Amino acid sequence: MKSFATPQGMSRRHFMNHLAGASAMAIPALTMGHTLHTHAQELKRKRKSAIMLWMSGGPSTMDIWDLKPGTNTGGEFRPISTSGNEQISEHMPMMAKQMHNAAIIRSMSTREADHGRGRYYMHTGYVPNPNVEHPSYGAVIAHETIDQRPELEIPPFVTVGGGSEGPGFLGMAWAPFAVNSNGQIRNLQMGMDERRLMQRMAALDLVEKGFVSQNRGQAAEDHQNILKKTLALMTSEQMKAFRVSEEPQEVQERYGMDNFGKGCLMARRLVEAGVPFVEVDLGGWDMHNDIFNTLSNQRLPVLDRAMSALFEDLEQRGLIEDTAVMWMGEFSRTPRINGNTGRDHWARSWSVVVGGAGMNGGIAVGKTNEDGTRVDTEPYTSQDVMASVCKSLGISLETTFTSKSGRPMKIANSGKIIKELFA
Amino acid sequence: MSVRFSSHLFAVVAILLAITPAAVQSAPRGANDYGIPQVAKINEQIAAAWDAYELKPSQEATESEWCRRVHLDIIGRIPSVTELQEFTKSRSATKKADLVGKLLFDDKYTEEYARNWTTIWTTVLIGRAGGTERNSLTNREGMQKYLRDCFARNKPYNDMVDELVTATGSNRPGAENFNGAVNFLTMKVNEEKGTQATADVAKIFLGLQVQCTQCHNHPFNEWKQQKFWEFNAFFRQTRALRQFVPGTRDVQGAELVDQDFGGEGGTPETAEIYYELRNGLLKAAYPVFIDDTEIGKSGYVSEVNRRDKLGELIQQSEYLDMCVANRYWAHFFGYGFTKPIDDMGPHNPASHPELLAYLGQQVREHSYNLKELIRWITLSEAYSLSSRVTKANEKDDPLLGETPKFTHFYLRQMQAEELYESLLVATRAAETGGSYEQQERSKSEWLSQFVMAFGTDDGGESTTFNGTIPQALMMFNGELIRNATDDKNGSFLWELANSNMKPAQAIDYLFQAGLARRPTKDEIAIANQLFIARASSGRDKKRVDPGAATLAALQDVWWAVLNSNEFIINH
Repeated sequence: MKSFATPQGMSRRHFMNHLAGASAMAIPALTMGHTLHTHAQELKRKRKSAIMLWMSGGPSTMDIWDLKPGTNTGGEFRPISTSGNEQISEHMPMMAKQMHNAAIIRSMSTREADHGRGRYYMHTGYVPNPNVEHPSYGAVIAHETIDQRPELEIPPFVTVGGGSEGPGFLGMAWAPFAVNSNGQIRNLQMGMDERRLMQRMAALDLVEKGFVSQNRGQAAEDHQNILKKTLALMTSEQMKAFRVSEEPQEVQERYGMDNFGKGCLMARRLVEAGVPFVEVDLGGWDMHNDIFNTLSNQRLPVLDRAMSALFEDLEQRGLIEDTAVMWMGEFSRTPRINGNTGRDHWARSWSVVVGGAGMNGGIAVGKTNEDGTRVDTEPYTSQDVMASVCKSLGISLETTFTSKSGRPMKIANSGKIIKELFA
Repeated sequence: MSVRFSSHLFAVVAILLAITPAAVQSAPRGANDYGIPQVAKINEQIAAAWDAYELKPSQEATESEWCRRVHLDIIGRIPSVTELQEFTKSRSATKKADLVGKLLFDDKYTEEYARNWTTIWTTVLIGRAGGTERNSLTNREGMQKYLRDCFARNKPYNDMVDELVTATGSNRPGAENFNGAVNFLTMKVNEEKGTQATADVAKIFLGLQVQCTQCHNHPFNEWKQQKFWEFNAFFRQTRALRQFVPGTRDVQGAELVDQDFGGEGGTPETAEIYYELRNGLLKAAYPVFIDDTEIGKSGYVSEVNRRDKLGELIQQSEYLDMCVANRYWAHFFGYGFTKPIDDMGPHNPASHPELLAYLGQQVREHSYNLKELIRWITLSEAYSLSSRVTKANEKDDPLLGETPKFTHFYLRQMQAEELYESLLVATRAAETGGSYEQQERSKSEWLSQFVMAFGTDDGGESTTFNGTIPQALMMFNGELIRNATDDKNGSFLWELANSNMKPAQAIDYLFQAGLARRPTKDEIAIANQLFIARASSGRDKKRVDPGAATLAALQDVWWAVLNSNEFIINH
């Protein structure tokens, strides 16, 4: 019996024809995501997206965005001027030319200095709570903007090179789709003709439904939904958005040939394809030892190249107006330099960077004191950043979710808008 | 069908034809306790909470559901068709107790029992990625070797904890002075003054979350910053010394040692350490246990071995007992008495405090024999209940943020390791899979695709084997499932197709092997359609070889079974 791989780019129409043609068997109708709407063009114009650059491990923001040269906490780096009004680290020269697109929030002050807790808090706006699982940025933004993109067949929340955080009470449909930055999605090839696959799916669907109908709880239904999404994705032409290798060589080089560079390039491709939220992970910031050497020789060159390329590219393609970009980690690092020339965990005074989607660029919001140990202006939190990003995307801050227990929860945990970003 | 004969399958056919569907049983109050007082106590305490919340338990799970569940939870895989049949056809009144006893104590299962609990505890102690980092000081094989020995010999839990907390020696199997237990701490003592060791020992063995008090007192936790650093002081004599591949700077292994600690004030006689308050002031701390027991302050190992003392103090703590009772309960029910299970204390009250304390105390009284604890839990009424939710207990849904009342069995997805082992058994690949080490290596390789390490000092990681699309893609198209549904000569399906089973029997067999139940009428009908569809090839409708057609149809059925929610969800 002949068996052949189905081309990745097989069209939905082609696929649906086969589905209809598989009439030797009664095939229960499978809902296959959205169909094309007539207002697609109009919606496309309103389409908002966000890209989060997640710095796993807790980057030392006073060595990158808020330098304190000449103090005993200041470390080894010098500040340089930028295309905006603020100065940043000398090891971010390419980003310096893009700072007109970005705002540094220098008065972040949070309380979670443990990786797991900080990660959760910065992704959700809530501290961990044993009784509720809160939805993370990607789930919230995908959930609130999905109506703008009825043509989207691929997952609305993609995380590249990292795990992000989960969908919480919004449910598995909003879970992050985790991929590697090489753009190759594992196990995407069906290895059989689609007719046979659909016949198998019909048998599978029967078993699935049988189990769900026995009233055994959410997990059974979630599984069924994920199967449908997986099938839609396997047959979608939009999957080519993941293939960064199709970009011209010079574009790939501009972003950097490392994982983070590829991830940022993929983020731009995904946003263009209509994905509302992409997170790109750059780890290795947990620098308890030898921080200045590691920053200047390893992390910052990678960050500088890819982050600046992303802003530049979004601007050149006219996407920056509708795309919010965030840069953050779970916390930052101690102003005090420890005995191993490292910095330890620190959440009391640090920086986050945001830009795009109409937020003011070229500015620094808030101030830390002379040696960076304290915030001197109004302190901002994870909730405030989230509220501001939501506003930039046109998501109402009156939006209220209902957790599974029926408890109403305001979007962004009632954070306040950081007004300098919109003045 | 081919006349080729398979004696093994023939025997199964005989059993298949003899059985009848398991009867659905009702769950009368006054549930069976098998004459075991601990089971009676669990039943009584759990039922008391049902009454208090006006909930009624679901009916009992079918025998085969229970059989599947108990295999998955104790030995980490689903039962084979033979094991399933043996259990369902037994008429013994004590068949459940007998099966639990067999899985725990029969030599036949020792290796699988040890493998399963080694997997579980390896993840607890060093995570799924531990030891896979470049130049890691953790030797994953060393850790597993130690644990396998513990579980194969059923080492008392308190001894295991003591060894893990106080171990010294080399971390690499084959090295001089090898002690696999050191791998729990080798990556956790050198950096950041051993704060990771502090947090992990408190969390894993005592169920106390202290890591957030490293920098400040926590508003919702009675544990104070002072206590964190006092606990931390126990680890300050300990170092992991790197061992290099001769002539290179590549780390080959590590040796965990206790050395004299001079203290941060330069006075080894009192060897104090300092920590920074939120207002910037420094404060001194000395080794003091969580119950305020002080030990000698000297930093000289010959005078006070701080980790040995810590080991002794942990032995005396009732948190040790409750923590393991809570952890094992959560393993079998999906939820513990606290959420998360390793965050106990007045700030996070347990759902069944009396039962938790009782089980902890019983564990201690039974010399920390974990197999006894497993027996009590798996023979309890709550563990025997169906996962079907009823009107009378639908409020009991921990997903809604309710504390669990255990009125029905909560669905939970198999772990990746359980899927792997289950497929080996279901397709009988385990019988020909090479040596133990080879099998373990192939498994780790396969598992690594799901692990996503955050690269942080606390070993944070997540898995993509979590019910999302990457998992579904793997189940649809991945190598593991391709192998399980392989049609080459001698494969599981090939043998089935070439046995003397009729198609209906083969379908029946596949449902039993995957789902521990027989197919429904509709399922049989759709499977038959697959047989018809495979008998004519896709495009030109020409007849295909009947043997090949049967095999192809069985592939389709088996693929559908393995991809179903019912297969992947422990229910």
